[in-house]
Amino acid sequence: MSSEILPTTEPEAEPYRLQVNGREHTVASSWLGESLLYVLRERLGHPGTKNACDQGECGSCTVLMDGRVVCACCLLAADAVDADIRTVEGLGRGEGPDAEVDDVQRAFLDAGAVQCGFCTPGLVVAVHDLLDHRPEEVALGVREALSGNLCRCTVYGRVLAAVARVRDERREGRGGGLADGGPGGQQGGVET
Amino acid sequence: MLADEESPSRLLEACTRRGIAFLRDGRGAHVRWDSGSRSDPSCRDRRPRRRGPCCREGGATLTVARPRDLDAALAALAEHPDADLLAGGTDLVVEVNLGHRRPSGVVALRRVGELQGAEITDDMVDLGAGVTYAQVEADLADVTPGLAMASRTVGSPQIRNVGTIGGNLGTASPAGDALPWLVALDAQVVLAGPDGSRSLPVADFLVGVKETARRPDEIIHRIRAPRVPGPQHVAKVGPRNAMAIAVASVAMVVDTAARRVRVAMGSVGPTPVRPLAAEEAVSSAVDWDALTCPADAVDAFGAACAAAARPITDHRSTAEYRRHAAGVLAARTLRRCLSE
Amino acid sequence: MSTTTPPGAPTTTTTGTPGVLGDSADRPDGVAKVTGNFAFSSDLHLEGRLWGRTLRSPHAAARIRSIDTSRATAMAGVHAVVLAEDVPGSPTFGMEHRDQPVFASEVIRHHGEAVAAVAAEHPELALRAARAIEVDYEVLEPLVDSEAAITADPIHPDGNVFRHIALRHGDPDGVTGDVVVEGSYEVAMQDQAFLGPESGLAVPDGEGGIDLYISTQWLHVDRDQVAACLDLAPDKVRLSLAGVGGAFGGREDVSLQVHVCLLAMVTGRPVKMLYSREESFHGHVHRHPARLWYRHHATSDGDLVKVEARIVLDGGAYASSSAAVIANATCFAAGPYRVPNAAIDGWAVRTNNPPCGAMRGFGAVQTCFAHEAQMDRLAAALDMDPVELRLRNALATGDRIVTGQVITGTAPVREVIEAATSHPLPDAGPDDPRVLPGGTGLTARPGDVVRGTGFAVGYKNLMFSEGFDDYSTAGVRLERGLDGEPVATVRCAAAEVGQGFHTLALQVVRSELGIERAVLGPTDTSIGSAGSTSASRQTWMSGGAVQAACQAVKRRLLVRASERLGVAVDGTRRELVALRDGAVVEVDGDGRVPLADLLDTPIDEVHEYHHPPTEPLDEHGQGNAHVSFAFAAHRATVDVDPELGLVRVVQVATGQDIGRALNPRALIGQVEGGIAQGVGLAVMEEMVVEDGLVRNPSFTDYLIPTTLDMPEVVASFVEQPEPGAPFGAKGVGEPPTISSTPAVVAAMRAATGAALTRVPVRPGDVVGEDGGVADPAAGPGAR
Repeated sequence: MSSEILPTTEPEAEPYRLQVNGREHTVASSWLGESLLYVLRERLGHPGTKNACDQGECGSCTVLMDGRVVCACCLLAADAVDADIRTVEGLGRGEGPDAEVDDVQRAFLDAGAVQCGFCTPGLVVAVHDLLDHRPEEVALGVREALSGNLCRCTVYGRVLAAVARVRDERREGRGGGLADGGPGGQQGGVET
Repeated sequence: MLADEESPSRLLEACTRRGIAFLRDGRGAHVRWDSGSRSDPSCRDRRPRRRGPCCREGGATLTVARPRDLDAALAALAEHPDADLLAGGTDLVVEVNLGHRRPSGVVALRRVGELQGAEITDDMVDLGAGVTYAQVEADLADVTPGLAMASRTVGSPQIRNVGTIGGNLGTASPAGDALPWLVALDAQVVLAGPDGSRSLPVADFLVGVKETARRPDEIIHRIRAPRVPGPQHVAKVGPRNAMAIAVASVAMVVDTAARRVRVAMGSVGPTPVRPLAAEEAVSSAVDWDALTCPADAVDAFGAACAAAARPITDHRSTAEYRRHAAGVLAARTLRRCLSE
Repeated sequence: MSTTTPPGAPTTTTTGTPGVLGDSADRPDGVAKVTGNFAFSSDLHLEGRLWGRTLRSPHAAARIRSIDTSRATAMAGVHAVVLAEDVPGSPTFGMEHRDQPVFASEVIRHHGEAVAAVAAEHPELALRAARAIEVDYEVLEPLVDSEAAITADPIHPDGNVFRHIALRHGDPDGVTGDVVVEGSYEVAMQDQAFLGPESGLAVPDGEGGIDLYISTQWLHVDRDQVAACLDLAPDKVRLSLAGVGGAFGGREDVSLQVHVCLLAMVTGRPVKMLYSREESFHGHVHRHPARLWYRHHATSDGDLVKVEARIVLDGGAYASSSAAVIANATCFAAGPYRVPNAAIDGWAVRTNNPPCGAMRGFGAVQTCFAHEAQMDRLAAALDMDPVELRLRNALATGDRIVTGQVITGTAPVREVIEAATSHPLPDAGPDDPRVLPGGTGLTARPGDVVRGTGFAVGYKNLMFSEGFDDYSTAGVRLERGLDGEPVATVRCAAAEVGQGFHTLALQVVRSELGIERAVLGPTDTSIGSAGSTSASRQTWMSGGAVQAACQAVKRRLLVRASERLGVAVDGTRRELVALRDGAVVEVDGDGRVPLADLLDTPIDEVHEYHHPPTEPLDEHGQGNAHVSFAFAAHRATVDVDPELGLVRVVQVATGQDIGRALNPRALIGQVEGGIAQGVGLAVMEEMVVEDGLVRNPSFTDYLIPTTLDMPEVVASFVEQPEPGAPFGAKGVGEPPTISSTPAVVAAMRAATGAALTRVPVRPGDVVGEDGGVADPAAGPGAR
């Protein structure tokens, strides 16, 4: 499918194709300097990935590229061809307002890890990457893996609780239910 | 008409009524704004004129070249000498985002095979310039332990997945995390140019603040570091416990074969500082059979490193603190290496 | 009755049911947020829209000789370039005083001041066009010293002193104490650093009016300022709240609202503006940096006798809410203690530094850092346990604060202190670099690290003060849904910025009307003002407005039911019909009418909710200026590497006065987030401003805590229902930010013996000016 033709400026990049969430998109006209973040949001109708800093310092633009977490703001869109790009919109099931949430997304909600929500898509993608590669990661390893994602509202207590919950649920092969470090309200601490 | 379910965003409804869409996958969500007859006719859509040659198809000068091998990369650079070289993007693309750089063309390097991988022999590690910090951390921790320690502190996991050792060299920031270790080991950088290859010490390659000896038509190809027996350690002081730019750093290799303590300091000079006199003095004081060093010699070593530092004061730290921290790190790193 | 909730106890929903007050009800916007479908203001798109961009001054102080826009207007794809002369209405705006120019025209007063704006077809083009505007500046020497500003030549026609409060309580000249401790302190400039950058979409309606979709904390004051500046009647300017990516005070003032609307009016096209992170740092107000001097007097038994203080807040170039911030700082300057005599001078001054205004804690943060450091000094001088000293002097209901106001509501200061200190101290951490100071920088080993613990307690007001009537408005409409069941729609202009008001509003409706299906209407200016999302006030004020509207709806339901049932609504002293389980029932009989049967026509009620009136402060800073107060205590444990001055905050324990927990899951989120901002101010957050120039307008160098910086938080809540509060609940957003900072610094003092009179503490402050290491043995050591 083609991206919407939106204004551009010179120098322009030649048309290129991106593969996003399993679908191919043609970017027919664009300014050479557009980051993948800009193209995802403004040309390809994927605004789920966020733009808090445009400098690789906050992780709100985290996407998966060939199975690894990267900051979309640091990638030149025209160089992101030949790559399998996955965004938050590619998680869960279904699309748009009827999307069903996956276990990571559900855990974020249940643990209270969402306030303003601006960091949430980046974190959800990063947590998916973490648990897909290191399903047994605990405590400090989880913190280190998420150290590239800034959150100003929750500042991580509830996020770490959400990760522990998903990890334990997946290990036990079940969904739902409380795990240690879950939303126990006052006990904000998770294993350090 | 009421929705029969909670709508998480009543804003969307209000917007859609006015013709405003939430940025969404292009199926039907983009609505043309209707200005009717009330729009100002002077506000016609004025598209910029298209630029000539670079948009020609069929092999003419491209604005984005995506070479798969070194020859093609050099050829693309030769054809568009003003083009920027793009590796991980964490420097270049950020500069573009900030409006500090306006590329007229880009030669993207991430597909160039010759820039990938690590060749390991008994006495040498040969890294491709495109090797990422994540790869060093994951795959080379045993072979280049100091570089792996340094890599772990770079930016964030996202940055480490795309940031490259070659990029760190090419940017040549005084705070470049990989640079002190490379300097301490007398590593060499191999540059590929239209007329062939040349190799020079990293210490000579790094000329000044964000200044290197790379000629505009050259591409950083490989980095070669000797494999040296003995403990290594890299320590970095930052103002936060993750995602921090170094305020002072020390990379050390206790070379038990050459019986020499090798050390370089980062962020305390325009390029990494190699305090040779301090190295010599402490190398003589070390008992190389027991791998111990008298406490006063360790302290003197720390002081000598601090004295050799040439830090500045900026918004991140003061020269006094940087000097002090470099000295502390030098002494602690030596103790740490010797106690392992 | 007071309950202190132990850890791990309260209810949570596990099945996703909506929830009433007291439940951890789900966020109505939660699914959209986790799936990336939530529309933040930066996500709005309208085909044909132009991109707006501001041109900002690179100088802190300058005269503008000329502005040449010709190169910019000549660029293809540029549709408008606007300057001060293009502003049709009021040339200035401002929350309390309209002293800030929409665009500077003759004089630049701060680094980053807006000079012009452009609209173009691509954001890169807009950037180039802005840079193509040539401004001829005559650079001036900036006024950057806040003390000097008091008497310096005015840098603005309104003068350099926003406000001076000379608070005198009791007989400060006539008394002294047996023990006197004095100290000077400094708080640097903190930034709200909300993640969602400033952004908005302005759409002209083609009939001389405009719609603005915006992230903000207060729709109506934005609307009023836009209308005044564009010379439009207020009903021609319609604001809708777009998704907000955090606020913390930084969105209370206008940033791009007037600019984007002006560009839209001039071009006749929709215009979107989106600040870069760098522009965001320049484009909103920051927390006031402060210099504070204190002298505490006590009896030799440890009773506070007198507090003297001088506080100077640097308000930067324009007034914003400085007058209110200094009032707060002054009113709460002595801390939550019985202080019979006080002489506190508070100044908020104008300089050429960046403008400052509201940030979570609003003046109480700065004075709490100082008064808690003083209390520790006093405890040391008295050879008394620091917590004992606080308990001895703690305020309680019925006590008078230094403004002369008697606390008539709850004041569980003793209880929060006891709750905070009741938690077990953390164990020594593992030998893992990720929990050592310096982190993965591998700078320290356990032997290099000293642990310390510190304590602090603080308080501030809830709602606006000094006679300000910050009412709120809410509407509730009850009708039959498509499936025949009753559904209520809540309308309220209260800005949801992440704190969870939208969740609470639905909980209120479900609780009041006993129905499950409640939905949110749009948050916009079609309904009356809800006041600001600040001052920890929305739960009380807008929650109260929703409750009042629900009660009015309920009343009308009862009236309709009584007609059906043939029973009067009220008897002599009680209700004869009542709302129960989705129906109206006869209290003394069998009559029952399901709600759906009473809704042939909808019931729609809109109510304004006002808190009791307050008084201004008189010329001695005395008066019943506040509605209610909230208290919190914090105990921090830190590990410090004294030789390098690096720190890791291990644990923050807290006891907080909340009145009543309305949503336990949302509550802990607010508390942890607030503590994190206090930790940030203690150890890493600072806008570095030199000669008026901001040196670190980026996330590279303005540092907020990462996952490896955030401590474990353990919290207990004191639930003494607040009389007069709609649900007995107090706002919870600000107290966590107030005493967490001084607790962390007190812990660092304990670990290092360093005086640490400034926040954020820099490594060099611990190490010492000459590079010498402060002797850890000299400090009180870990408790």
